[in-house]
Amino acid sequence: MKQNKTRRSFLKNISLASMAALTATGCNMKELDEFFQRNFRTLSDKEKEDIIKNLEQKYKQKYNKEFQVSAQPAMEQVEFAYALDLSRCVGCRKCVYACVDENNQSRAPQIHWIQVLQMEKEKGIDFAHSDVHYNPEKVPEKGHFYLPVACQQCRTPQCTTVCPVKATWQEPDGIVVIDYNWCIGCRYCMAACPYGARHFNWGEPEVPEEELNTDVHYLGNRPRIKGVVEKCTFCIQRVRKGKYPSCVEICPVGARKFGNLLDPESEIRYILENKRVLVLKEELNTQPRFYYFFGV
Amino acid sequence: MNFIRFINGSIKLILKGSNAYYAWLFFLIVLAVWGAFGYADQLNEGLITTNMRDSVSWAFYIGNFTFLVGIAAAAIMLVIPAYIYNWKPIKEIVIFGELLAVCAVIMCIAFIVVDIGNPLRFWHMLPLVGTMNFPYSMLSWDFFFLLAYLIINLTVVTHLLYCIFYKKPYNKKMVQIIVLISIPMAVGIHTVTAFLYNALPARPFWNSALLAPRFLASAFCSGPAILIILFQILRKITKFEIQDKAIWTIAELMVYSMFIYLFFTIAELFKEFYSGTEHLLYWKYLLFGIGDSKEIVPYSWSSITMGFIAFVLFLIPKTRKNFVTLNIGAVLIYTSVYVEKGIALIIPGFTPDVLGQIYVYTPSMTEIRTAAMIFSLGFLLFTFLVKIAIAIVFENYRISDISKKEKHLMREMPTT
Amino acid sequence: MLVLGLFIFGYSCSSQLSEADNHNPEINNSTEQIAVKTAGITEIAVEAPPLTDGIFPCNDCHSEIEANPERRELVDMHDDITAIFNHDSDNRWCLDCHDLNNRDSLRLASGQLLDFKESYKLCGQCHGLKLRDWKVGVHGKRTGEWNGKKEYLLCVHCHDPHSPKFELLTPEPPPVMQENISYLNRKQNDHETE
Repeated sequence: MKQNKTRRSFLKNISLASMAALTATGCNMKELDEFFQRNFRTLSDKEKEDIIKNLEQKYKQKYNKEFQVSAQPAMEQVEFAYALDLSRCVGCRKCVYACVDENNQSRAPQIHWIQVLQMEKEKGIDFAHSDVHYNPEKVPEKGHFYLPVACQQCRTPQCTTVCPVKATWQEPDGIVVIDYNWCIGCRYCMAACPYGARHFNWGEPEVPEEELNTDVHYLGNRPRIKGVVEKCTFCIQRVRKGKYPSCVEICPVGARKFGNLLDPESEIRYILENKRVLVLKEELNTQPRFYYFFGV
Repeated sequence: MNFIRFINGSIKLILKGSNAYYAWLFFLIVLAVWGAFGYADQLNEGLITTNMRDSVSWAFYIGNFTFLVGIAAAAIMLVIPAYIYNWKPIKEIVIFGELLAVCAVIMCIAFIVVDIGNPLRFWHMLPLVGTMNFPYSMLSWDFFFLLAYLIINLTVVTHLLYCIFYKKPYNKKMVQIIVLISIPMAVGIHTVTAFLYNALPARPFWNSALLAPRFLASAFCSGPAILIILFQILRKITKFEIQDKAIWTIAELMVYSMFIYLFFTIAELFKEFYSGTEHLLYWKYLLFGIGDSKEIVPYSWSSITMGFIAFVLFLIPKTRKNFVTLNIGAVLIYTSVYVEKGIALIIPGFTPDVLGQIYVYTPSMTEIRTAAMIFSLGFLLFTFLVKIAIAIVFENYRISDISKKEKHLMREMPTT
Repeated sequence: MLVLGLFIFGYSCSSQLSEADNHNPEINNSTEQIAVKTAGITEIAVEAPPLTDGIFPCNDCHSEIEANPERRELVDMHDDITAIFNHDSDNRWCLDCHDLNNRDSLRLASGQLLDFKESYKLCGQCHGLKLRDWKVGVHGKRTGEWNGKKEYLLCVHCHDPHSPKFELLTPEPPPVMQENISYLNRKQNDHETE
């Protein structure tokens, strides 16, 4: 009998405690909602709308700014491709910092989606003898050329195959995207990427408030949290509205070209037809959408 | 209810012991607490407290995970010769092997949890509630295999101990079937972990066909080393009977796998050094350093030296049969494989990185503390499990030992 | 499944491409279309030419100065241009591009006069390949809309016609060494990137 009494009171205490805990967390229902949010691709349109509303509220609270979060899907009949003129790039790195500003990349710890490699003209494209930390007085330095590398948005990406939770996938317009609310941060995709295009938020990302870009896309440049992977998305928030990526627009020598592969009048199709393009590490069969060519 | 009494009985066992036992527990607990505070730092600030960065995105934690998978696999692979050579204490070997495997797998899972950026999101990996990327992602396979392996081993060892505790006959058929399944599963979990690395053409250092065979060979070199030492200890302090011949046979088998491992390594070295492509850079960094970066050269050479000495000690029958040199060899090969899996496998895969840049990695204090926490908790668990197993298997600890007390208690309670 | 889906999508894309080629005959068959297209190109909307204040319109001074066609180095006015002139200076001089009688116009080899906002036609006489690339949007800084109106700059917006060679640039700062990324010296990193 005594045993039964103790058992009953034990159960009562446990249920009281758990109810108390739940009501304490009741104030954070939104956080619970966000925690139990499913993979973006499995959500209905209504669920996406709710999530975006919550996100905009969260950002307003955190950064004291009005954010416009878009979940705009891919446009029809569009497949993006990019071409970079190796004969023109002077290594000024303006693209790197334009990208940082446009895409809300963390300043400390520093994240750069674009890495510009300085290579020797005599060696040609040779990663083992390249330098990403070049810092001469003036560029281009004699005897050297420059190769910017970012996500190649491969047609057969290896990063999307290895993700254990399907947090990263290729959209119909060719952009490889990441659902930052689903990524568990295992970094397998970073090990798989042959171009070093993926970057991890090792610490809580910091962006100065006055430099925040509030025009964001859910799968692109919205503010990230620590513990998730991020990478170039061809400025998905811009290109799905018809604009060029920031790096294309800022390049002072016009080395960067972007367009729709399915449009026969686009710059990209012209380049493929009239210039000779190459891709990096073609033996890995990643089939990148990012071409390099020589305009002069 | 019976199971709860079994657990109760087990808990009673681990709370009592000699002074040496308490000292060992105290040491492990202090280490675990020290480690836990380090891990708390990591939970607070993120993985930036480690020395992993974009260039070297997997390091100490994943290295330890890989090593422990090898231990988990090898513990069970020992069951194969036990069957073939018809060793008398086959049941005991199975039990202790499985206990080691269970602890190793739990430590593996712990290392994964501390390594990922958002551990609370682990449920994303599950099927149905999450979106498991099966069959494309090797990590999904690894997760699935490890869990299955843990469940299988836990089931068998708990069932065996439970039956002995209750003086009931165990379900021989079920146990035999599950143990037989666990052998290819042991090979499976280590192969799948090897495939995790093998699957990445971006990393030429790992993209060699020999990687999975090398993994298995090194696992079979190092795992039985623990068991050799454990069996000698058990032989001294309990009624565990295992002939010298059996221990020497284990050592002989380890020699075969050491030789195979040596041969595989020479094959790899020949291919890279003779072909002299840029893929050679990774092996060069490992063995000779590149330019001024020579950080892991001492580790790789000490691993090679220790491994070679262990090979020679085990190869020569005189030193193999001498228990002093045998144990030295066991410790040496264990350490050699630990250094090799932890550092000599992971770091050169990332150095130089895919864009040719070199980032010099050495584990940070946080990583060492977190690893210490996991190892000490794992050792603690293993100590407890072995103590329970020893009592039940060798010292005839049975339900009768605690049920007497229970009957006494019942008599004392007032009836209503 | 994903791979299969991508394959199917890729295949359907490629079949769409071949369809597009077959159903665009107007470019090959109709001369009228080509003429319109050529006319269309001459209408490329560009940013206003970067004419120097106080110098343009040139006829303010030159309508009263006697036109001197002799090839020489200018020493009174425009000596700042003479000092830097580096555009095939062995063979070219001012009146190869500027009209002798109407200094507010440029002049093609045929004698045809050009407004400054059509200067690309002049550059294109010698730099034909660049002109061809520029018209499609492949040469030069690219802004605007990739599926709509591209924004065009004139050649002279980037290339000084009197000294076209680009100056060297000062590069933006390199990325911080990964060894220096730490949660302990975050504030230090802030200063570095500023």
